[in-house]
Formats: sequence, structure tokens, C-alpha cells
Amino acid sequence: MELCDRNIAELRTLLDSKELSSVELTRYYLNRIEKIDAQIDSYITVCADEAIQAAKKADERIAKGQAKALTGIPISIKDNMCIEGIRTTCGSKMLESFIPPYSATVIHKLLNEQAVILGKTSMDEFAMGGSTQTSYYKKTKNPHDLTRVPGGSSGGSAAAVAARLSAISLGSDTGGSIRQPAAFCGITGMKPTYGSVSRFGLIAFGSSLDQIGPMAHSAKECATILNTIGGYDCNDGTSSRQEIDFESLLGKDIKGMIVALPKEFFEEGIDKEVRESVLAAAKKYEEMGVCIEEVSMPSLKYAIAAYYLLSSAEASSNLSRYDGIKFGYCMPHAKTYKERIERTRREGFGDEVKRRILLGTYALSSGYYDAYYKKALYIREKIKEEYNKIFERCDVMLTPTAPTVAFKRGAIENDPVKMYLADICTVTVNIAGLPGISTTCGYDKDNMPIGMSIIGKAFDDAKVIQVADAFEKDFIRKAPSL
Amino acid sequence: MSSYIPVIGLEIHAQLLTQTKIFCSCEVDFGGEQNTRCCPVCAGFPGTLPVLNQEVVKCAIKAGLALGCEINRYSKIDRKNYFYPDLPKAYQISQFDSPVCLSGKVKIEGDKGEKEIRIHHAHIEEDAGKLIHDDIENTSLADYNRCGVPLLEIVSEPDMSSAEEARAYIEKVSGLLQYAGVSLCRMEEGSLRADVNISLKHADAKELGTKVEIKNLNSMKSIVRAIDYEIERQTKLLTTGEPIVQETRKFNDNRGVTVSMRSKEDAHDYRYFKEPDIIPVIITEEDIEKLSKEMPVLIDERMQLYTKEYGLNKADAQIVVNEKGISDFYNDVVMIYPNYKAVANFIVVEILRYVNEGEIQSNHLPFSAEAFATLVKMSEEDIVNKNNAKAILKLMIESQKGPMEIAKEQGYLMNDNTDEIKEVVSSVVSEFTEEVTGYLAGKEKLFGFLMGQCSKRLAGRANPKTIKEILEGELTKLR
Repeated sequence: MELCDRNIAELRTLLDSKELSSVELTRYYLNRIEKIDAQIDSYITVCADEAIQAAKKADERIAKGQAKALTGIPISIKDNMCIEGIRTTCGSKMLESFIPPYSATVIHKLLNEQAVILGKTSMDEFAMGGSTQTSYYKKTKNPHDLTRVPGGSSGGSAAAVAARLSAISLGSDTGGSIRQPAAFCGITGMKPTYGSVSRFGLIAFGSSLDQIGPMAHSAKECATILNTIGGYDCNDGTSSRQEIDFESLLGKDIKGMIVALPKEFFEEGIDKEVRESVLAAAKKYEEMGVCIEEVSMPSLKYAIAAYYLLSSAEASSNLSRYDGIKFGYCMPHAKTYKERIERTRREGFGDEVKRRILLGTYALSSGYYDAYYKKALYIREKIKEEYNKIFERCDVMLTPTAPTVAFKRGAIENDPVKMYLADICTVTVNIAGLPGISTTCGYDKDNMPIGMSIIGKAFDDAKVIQVADAFEKDFIRKAPSL
Repeated sequence: MSSYIPVIGLEIHAQLLTQTKIFCSCEVDFGGEQNTRCCPVCAGFPGTLPVLNQEVVKCAIKAGLALGCEINRYSKIDRKNYFYPDLPKAYQISQFDSPVCLSGKVKIEGDKGEKEIRIHHAHIEEDAGKLIHDDIENTSLADYNRCGVPLLEIVSEPDMSSAEEARAYIEKVSGLLQYAGVSLCRMEEGSLRADVNISLKHADAKELGTKVEIKNLNSMKSIVRAIDYEIERQTKLLTTGEPIVQETRKFNDNRGVTVSMRSKEDAHDYRYFKEPDIIPVIITEEDIEKLSKEMPVLIDERMQLYTKEYGLNKADAQIVVNEKGISDFYNDVVMIYPNYKAVANFIVVEILRYVNEGEIQSNHLPFSAEAFATLVKMSEEDIVNKNNAKAILKLMIESQKGPMEIAKEQGYLMNDNTDEIKEVVSSVVSEFTEEVTGYLAGKEKLFGFLMGQCSKRLAGRANPKTIKEILEGELTKLR
């Protein structure tokens, strides 16, 4: 078995038994990146020297017998999480030269365990997109078919894990940005409950929706990562004090659970092969002793509109700070403040980012606030209510992760409305702040992975992981041939 | 002019007295090298998050209690969006429609007597930075030290109708906040600022006139001048039939005039929305109860004490009470020397003169209560004369020496050597024979003249009482 096919529990055993050193493992991954990433374009920045240094420290810790779950494990980080002293671009020209003087809380937690950070992965600019083709740097390819997109916005992380260019990765999810690329690349990705992982140091897109989460080869690995990166953080005012043991329900029987199948998620717009694959997975769950129950979420038809209003409104405000004064790109020859800020933003932001800033600014403007932003808030409450109702009876909900498998590069990413509509299966989870995990449930005729999502009520993250893990146990994934 | 009534409302920004800023752990302190009192959070760096300092909420609740406000049990934080180079995130974290403090009221004593000014609401927010314009280099530099300094914005109803009432209101609010221990309210350091909203209403009209907002008011003096100027400007426009433009005007301190900054059309659309990074503030009955127990004696209670128990007149009591630092000092002094009126009088006339001239600060007086009590006592007991007592105070400020030491050094101590006085008195009586004769013939006023001559020769160092007794004795002999 190749080293890169080992899961992190197996790597842990190899490292702790000294059969393998973290430095060897890190060199192995750095070599793979050097050999393979030219085809995939998953990394914006590779931190080879820092990684080797970190691996050495990890080996020292392992030698003392003080290893933690992720000590010495190579991990990649989406390039919107700040690491002190390492360029953090957010996929944008605007932050081409930005080297943060602080690290995100999740980075501190990883480094406290001596995890080995290999580098920063590509993403849609400011996490706005579902293709990783709006990145100013690397337009990442899908390892299963290089002519297709890896999904997004955490496409670099998904592709890096799928192509075995890092053992595991951290992504962020505002409307599906972890789960959809996980589905497209045939891996597992989870957006935990809002507030369960600190957002400090994550460059904001839609603050009330953003969550950092793990991307890996299994739900079990995701649970391990979450136990490291999760927990209350006094630097994030929305951080929750409720403790979650993400691994607590792993391996426990799911018999007798009620799994909700919301009919609106299986109607028109969902590709036939995707629908059939997810329904087949539902059948499998039934065989495991789970009760499948059809439910309804009538507000789903408003979800995309509400999501794009809420996320763009918050983004328009969050991205106002990029004015060329304190950090990042600055148009050098401006004569006035107005000229500087206008040209900095014109030249520093890409089209999709500008589109969202305009949309969000409009939605918040006086005279339009009530018609757009306020209505979106109302829909948000409606969706929460509908979820609450479903979870009064049901344990989890099962949906497709995306309406289609990964699409061809250049097919729809220049059509914003089509791109937005493709988020239909994932956005409600962010709107309601719930945990959602995407795992591969099948492959289409072209051997492209199909993803399904398990959604739970807030803080039921362990249960969501348990249900995904139960499916993954008997499912054999196909590795991309590179 | 009299046919128009000014309608004035104020927005007071008071800096709340906390150790650290409102959303980060930077220390709050006045001054400091540019951009040394800021961090990635208050400078709005990517990925950083604001965390609400609970001390700010406590201060706001206490302020609300002092201002007679209703405390909002559910209050939320909002973003106010606008681009300006001193605002690092391009939004100010503030409160829009659910402030910590709801309606309240304060009583003032203005030029038209006692009046109640209603407070619309008071909300918490962060301060912005400061721009320094360099006309020679033709550049502007940003200093972010003040970014994130906690402020309470107190919005009054338009209940004032003169510059004097506005002044009385600001003094009252500032006193109340100082007493509540939530703000130092030092205008000269920017910890108290005010914007003025003003319109004129025709005496017979029911509806209000067009409102103008005046910004950039840095001292009480400029507030009063700006209001007076604006009343005059608007009156002129109205009497000549010209329209008043709804706009924001800026006060030019050098020229003493207000100039247009931006009109209503150019007004910002702040695109307020709920701050997603900060959860709403829930204030319980217990929180309010606990904080109200922590509230120190309030201004009205001291007013009662001074007028009822100490027998001060209302005007003096008001002046002493207005500034907490002064009132605390007064209390300390009368503990040592309980001559309530004399101490009050000395403070009102002498100390406040130096405070108003900015030579000393009311809450950092350069002498102790003991020293000041001794000085008042020396003056009252004619150990030094009144004028010399004033001179001693000046030297106490300058040299920080004790009053007795100064009196000795300067030779201000009263001379009780009756022989010397007697000598002087008899020489005066023998020199001013005409006046003496006049006095003896019934021109009583001339006694004052003779007293004056004696005092002059004794260089003010003799107790007037003693001079009087001796002079009277001498004159009686001549009858």
C-alpha cells in the first residue's frame, strides 16, 4: 500500500511506532506535490522549509511519547486562513502581498499538536464561487478528470486531498464550499455547526454563514480533525461554549434512526444519475435498519435568493476594508483618496467579487433593504423553522450535495445565475447554522464521483458523522489515476 | 428675531471609562505615539474578529441609570457602513435600532429657568481614528490609536432653545456621567464631544423648521458660539425669505462661522445591518440591580446635601456639584474645615478660575484637600488677608508648597504687633487732620479712608479688625 493511501489513524500508528518519521512523510508529500501538482494546480503556496522544520519538531514530540492525534500529519490549508508570516491571498490579487502578523485559531490548534502544514490551497477569490476557477492564482483541476472543475470554493483543498497531495485539509464553507468540492472530488468534507470551530483568522466572506471544516478521506478522519480544531475561542464572539466530542458516536449502531428525505431536493434540476445514486444510498441505510421518511421543505425555492442576498450583503461590508491603505494591493499612483480606493478596488478585485459587492450593497441600500435584505432574513427564519420541525421527528436528513457531478471547466462558471443555482442543495445548512457532511455515494457513467449530504440539527455533529461513517464502511472509493 | 424659536437637539459622544478598547485588548489611554495603541483587531485586518468588552456594556448601563434611561433588555449591535480613511474596516460597529439605553430625561437649570431635557436613546459604538493633514507635503496620514475606543452616543430630543440651555445640558450630562464613574468627560482630550442639531420654528408654527447639523465642535466655547451663529444665520435667511438647506455644517473655530460640509442629497446611506460577528446583548433584571447598587452618590443627592444641609445657595451648589472632581474635593475639604460657605466660595471664585483657564484640571488638583482647607481657614481667621490668600493659592499651584510656608516666605502673615499698629494709626491721625475733623463732625464715610491709609502703611499685613479697634479708640479720644 502506498503511503498516501493510508488514513491518518494508520499514519499515527506508523509514526508512533517509529516505522516512519514525520520528516519522511512530509518529504514524501512534498515530492508528490512537486511531481503532480503541476497538473492539478491545487496549491497557491507550498511551505516546504517550514513543513520540514515542523516535521522535525513533531518527530521530537513523538520520540517523547507525547504525540496527539495530528502530530506529524501533513495537512494543507485553504488560503483564506491566516498563518503568521505566511502569505495569505484568499485567491485574490488584492492580497497578493499580504503576510498576516497573526495566525487563525485553528492554525494555533494544529501547530500546538505539531501537525505539519504543507501549504496553502487555491480557492475561488474570497471564497465566492463553486469552481475554483475565479482564483487569481491557480485554477484547480479535478483529479478525476483534469478537464473538469474540482468544485469550490475549497477546490484546492478538495483536489489536494483527492490527489493525495496532502493527507488531510482544512476548508471553509459559506454556502457549500467544503461539501460541494468534496462531492466533486470524491472525498469527505464537513461543515460543522456554526460556532463550533473558531472563525478567528478566517478571512471573512459572509460572517453569519462562514465555518471552517475538515476535508479528508473519511467521516472518521473529519471527526479526528474537528476534535483538534473545534472548541470555544474567546477571540470569536460567535464561538459556542457547547462542547462537542465529534468522535463520540463513531461505530455506534444507527439502527432505528429516522432519516429524512426532503422531496424538494430530489425534484427537477437534480441530475438523474445523482438522484438515483442518493436514493440507492437511502436504500442501503434502510438495509442497515434505518427508517426513511419523506419530508418537505417548502422554503427551499427561496433559499438561493435568500442566501445570495445575505451572503453578498455581509460580503459587501466585510470586503470594504480593502482600500489600499493598510495592507494588500494598493494602486500606486493615485492623486486623491477617492481615486486610490476606486482604482485599488477596481484592479484588485475580480469580476465575481465585484458582482457580489454590488449585489450586497444594493440589497442593503435604503429603499431596497426591506424588499431584499429584510425578506432574506425572513426566509432565513422560515428555513430554520422548517429544519426544526423536521428534526423534531427525524435524526438526520439525507440530500444530494450538488445537482450534478463536477462540470467541465469553462462550461458554466461564466454564467453566474447557473452557478448560483447549483448551490441549491448546500446553502440551507449555512442559513440555519447546521452541521452537514458530504460523502461519496457513487460514480456516474464517466466515473465521476457523486456526493450525498447528511445534515443534522445544531450540535448533532457527532451523529451526522456517525451516519456518514456507517455508509462509508461498506463503500469502496475509486482513487483518481494520475 | 424674537418671532423665531430655536429648536436644538444634541448628540453627545462620551468616551466610556474602560481599561481596554471596545472590541480588542488594546489599552485605552489618551495620546501616545501615532499607531502604537492599535492591533490587528482594531485596525481591521483580514480575518480578525471583534469581541465585545463586557465592561463597555456595564458602563453604558450605569450611564443609562444616571441619565434616567430605561435599560433595553435585548440590545443588538449593528454595522454602519461608510468609506473614510480613518475608519479601518470601512464600517463602524455601532447600534442602530436596539440601543442599550432607551428614553430618559435630565433636569437642567438654563437661562430660562429649570427645564427637563428628554433623552431619545443612548447607544454604544467604537470610535474611529484620526487623520493628520500635511499641507506642505500635500498628504494625509492616518493614526488608528483612537480606533475602537468605546463611546456612548447620547441623543437628546430637540428640547433646548438656546446656547445656554445646550451648555447647561452638556454640563449636566457630563456631571452625571462623571458621578456614575463611567466617563471622564474631558472635552479638551476628546473624551466628550457633541454634535448639534438646530432649526428655527416660527413662534406661531406647529411644525419644526428645516434642521441643520453642526459638527467639529471641540469645546464648550465653540458649541455656544456655533449655536449663536447658526441662530443668527438661520434667522437672517428666514426673515429675508430664503430657504434653509437641510445639511451638515462644520464650525470654523478661527472665523467663528459654520460652513456647509454636505447637503442632504450627499448624505451617507449607511446601510445599517446587524453585526454578524457579535451576538446580541441580553441584560437581565439582576444585572441592572447589581449595577445600580454599584452606582455612587448621584449629582442630585449632592445638590440636596449642599443646599439643605450645608446651606449653600443654589448657584454655588450647582457650580460645585457640576464637576465631580471639584465636588469630591469640596467634600474632602469640608471634612477637615467645615466652613461650608467659605470653602464653596473660595472654590467657585478661585479654583474654578484656574480650571476654566485650563491651568489645572478639576480631577487632578495640584494641592491636597488638607492644604486647601488650611488656606481657607487662614483667610477666614485673618491670619492672612483675602487678597494674599488668593496670591498664596496661585503660588500653591506653581510651587506645590504648603500655604503656611508660602505665607511666611512672602511675608503675608498678619502682623499682630499692636505697638506697630498703634504707631501707624497715630501717625495717620496726626497727618490727615482735615479728614479726622470731618469725621468727627459727622462724615462717617471718612473712617474708611483713614482705615485704608493705615492698611496701606501696614502693607496689608495687619488684621483689619485690630486696626479698626485701635483707630476707633484713637478717634474717640479726640471727641
